[in-house]
Amino acid sequence: MLNVLKNRFEQGCKTSKYPKENVQLLPRYRGRPQINPEAPADVAAACAAACPQEAIDASARTIDMGRCVFCGTCTRISNGGFVTFTQDFATAVAEKEHLITAGDIPDLAAHSRQHFKKLFGRSLQLRQVSAAGCNACEADLNVLATPFFDLARFGINFVASPRHADGIVVTGPISRNMKTALLQTFEATPEPRVVIAVGSCTLTGGPFRGSPEVSEGLDAILPVDLFIPGCPPHPMSNLHALLTFFK
Amino acid sequence: MTIKFKTISNGEAIPIESIPHLPFDEFSTQAVEIITGGGKVVQFFAFQTDNTIRLIGVLRTDALLVATCDVPERYPALTTQCEPFHMFEREIAEQYGIIPEGHPWLKMVRYHPNCRGVDDAFGNDYNEDIPGNYDYYSVAGDEIHEVAVGPVHAGVIEPGHFRFNCIGERVLNLEIQLGYQHRGAEDLLLKADPKRLAFIAENIAGDTSVGHSLCHSQAMEALAGIQTDDGAKIIRTIGLELERIANHVGDLGALSGDVAFLPPANYCGRMRGDFLNMSLLLCGNRFGKGLVRPGGVRFPMNDDNRRDLTARVSELKPQVQHTIDLLFSTSSVHSRFEGCGTVSRSDAEKMGLVGPAGRACGLVYDVRRCFSTERYEYLHIPENAESTGDVYARAKVRADEVMQSIGIIEILLSRPAETEIIDVAEMVLAPNSFVVTLNEAWRGELSHCIITDAEGGILRYKVKDPSFHNWNGLSMSLRNTGISDFPLNNKSYNLSYCGFDL
Repeated sequence: MLNVLKNRFEQGCKTSKYPKENVQLLPRYRGRPQINPEAPADVAAACAAACPQEAIDASARTIDMGRCVFCGTCTRISNGGFVTFTQDFATAVAEKEHLITAGDIPDLAAHSRQHFKKLFGRSLQLRQVSAAGCNACEADLNVLATPFFDLARFGINFVASPRHADGIVVTGPISRNMKTALLQTFEATPEPRVVIAVGSCTLTGGPFRGSPEVSEGLDAILPVDLFIPGCPPHPMSNLHALLTFFK
Repeated sequence: MTIKFKTISNGEAIPIESIPHLPFDEFSTQAVEIITGGGKVVQFFAFQTDNTIRLIGVLRTDALLVATCDVPERYPALTTQCEPFHMFEREIAEQYGIIPEGHPWLKMVRYHPNCRGVDDAFGNDYNEDIPGNYDYYSVAGDEIHEVAVGPVHAGVIEPGHFRFNCIGERVLNLEIQLGYQHRGAEDLLLKADPKRLAFIAENIAGDTSVGHSLCHSQAMEALAGIQTDDGAKIIRTIGLELERIANHVGDLGALSGDVAFLPPANYCGRMRGDFLNMSLLLCGNRFGKGLVRPGGVRFPMNDDNRRDLTARVSELKPQVQHTIDLLFSTSSVHSRFEGCGTVSRSDAEKMGLVGPAGRACGLVYDVRRCFSTERYEYLHIPENAESTGDVYARAKVRADEVMQSIGIIEILLSRPAETEIIDVAEMVLAPNSFVVTLNEAWRGELSHCIITDAEGGILRYKVKDPSFHNWNGLSMSLRNTGISDFPLNNKSYNLSYCGFDL
């Protein structure tokens, strides 16, 4: 017993004060991308050519956050001349076209469905479905239950059954072999229900885009209410999205 | 018998024609003899050159051995003589439609059509979009019942199907059917633009991103004749050890939670995040994605980073140690861990268990010590053998490895690691060549193989995640175990679904 108490004191209280106080992530974290509209055309074209995810449109001067895996290749080859990644983890959007950006992301709170706030603002129970996810998105959703993030203090929980859920959170590029199980889980969730797509794979197929075994975006299969980009999205991106969209 | 298999080194590219090409019968006899004599299967797969299908076997004794043979459309299964080929032969049948006759459990692995467009080995119709239209191993008799779990599980985890045959609470047999996560990664690695390859490789299993990108990079470097500098090797080794610590710490917490001892469950959950943040500090990604690339690493570790990492490690080290001490000094934890889900050493040998799951049964193999890459030849890697093969042993091995890995990182952080940063290295791969790379990822032996064609293009890319060996270990653990102990056993292994499903 003494040992338990000693450990408890050593660990201290680690829960973050977010959203009352902002959380500063480490310098190399790559959050919301910012495009420099003044960049020379050849620099923009070089970035687009080097992008492993073909996320950059050099002529439109935009980057598709749904495809982007936030690897930073574009920043490095252009020395920050065309694309830079900010420290801002608020990357979630409510409409798929908002993922294609020059740096400004529409205010998520303004685009959230007002009836969702009324319905789920005080209690939101979510069922997670991994549909060929690599376990990184899953892990960074799971981590929301740990003491630092402590999702439950906001009335949001991950539950075991879709019957107990207000919505589903999907990760992974939705493999052919998981599609039916995903649809059945969705069907088993009572209406009104929300669908949240987490991670580059779920948004566009991610690094597996082009394989005949995967899908190129959840929105082609189910109506998606909230898109959270990243590979995987930082837990703070997930937390910000859930709080802003539903609270 | 003279062994005709050729001895190769880990991460050494060799011309395909230098690999002994044996008649099928001789290949089969020799492979079985090596394995029954105590060897293990590292890789065993089919590939196509011109119009012939060949098998290639990479086996390990004290050395790595390789040979090829032409394989007929139907051949007598090696599994009938030697268990470790079991899953490999099923995979070959699925990928190439080659039938291993007499295979005791010839069932699909990932539920997809073969790459040759020939008749399916299992007679499946892949227009059916869900795996499931096949028989499970069944047990007959009064009071026998089946429990089906998955593919969608209760927690935030990957999908797979578990079929328990039980008598009362006692599990007689657990069959694990995966394949739901299949993304076609091996095929995509052949077809995708070269700039995408490292990204595909590191996402095969996101919790083993550093392990997979390391195997991929070493293979590409060997084929392209690129050397990496010492600084990159240090940073890569730190990356791999951080991955090991984060996963082991997280799982120790999950194990503690499963036996209803909540303090370590919460502390480990938080400390796991602190180790993931060290990866974030190094490369901007909590899972080490984007850190390792062919040619070196994409991020430097300057003196400020080193100081910062050292400070973080020294702050966490006593907390981790004390939490582990708390876990292992609690009698209720002992009573649940000990004797739960025991696998005997001889069963572990037959299934070819690797990593902590193997070491918990007394199999001391560790790639870091036996086939060292990166900086491991300069580091002391203890054997970490336990003898009991139960949940306690698996937890103990992982707890010991956490503290050892922290020690390794402290050593590696003690000197500067100067390296030239790589973004996209120009890669010209040697034609008609073969390379196999092995690394000790946190779950055990991880291996990638690349075979190139006459133009230096990738003809065959084969990935083997340690979970490919170890899922059968979980099955074996459940024999004669109460079904309520499944979650505890499952967490003690924490195997990869996507690494298995590719």
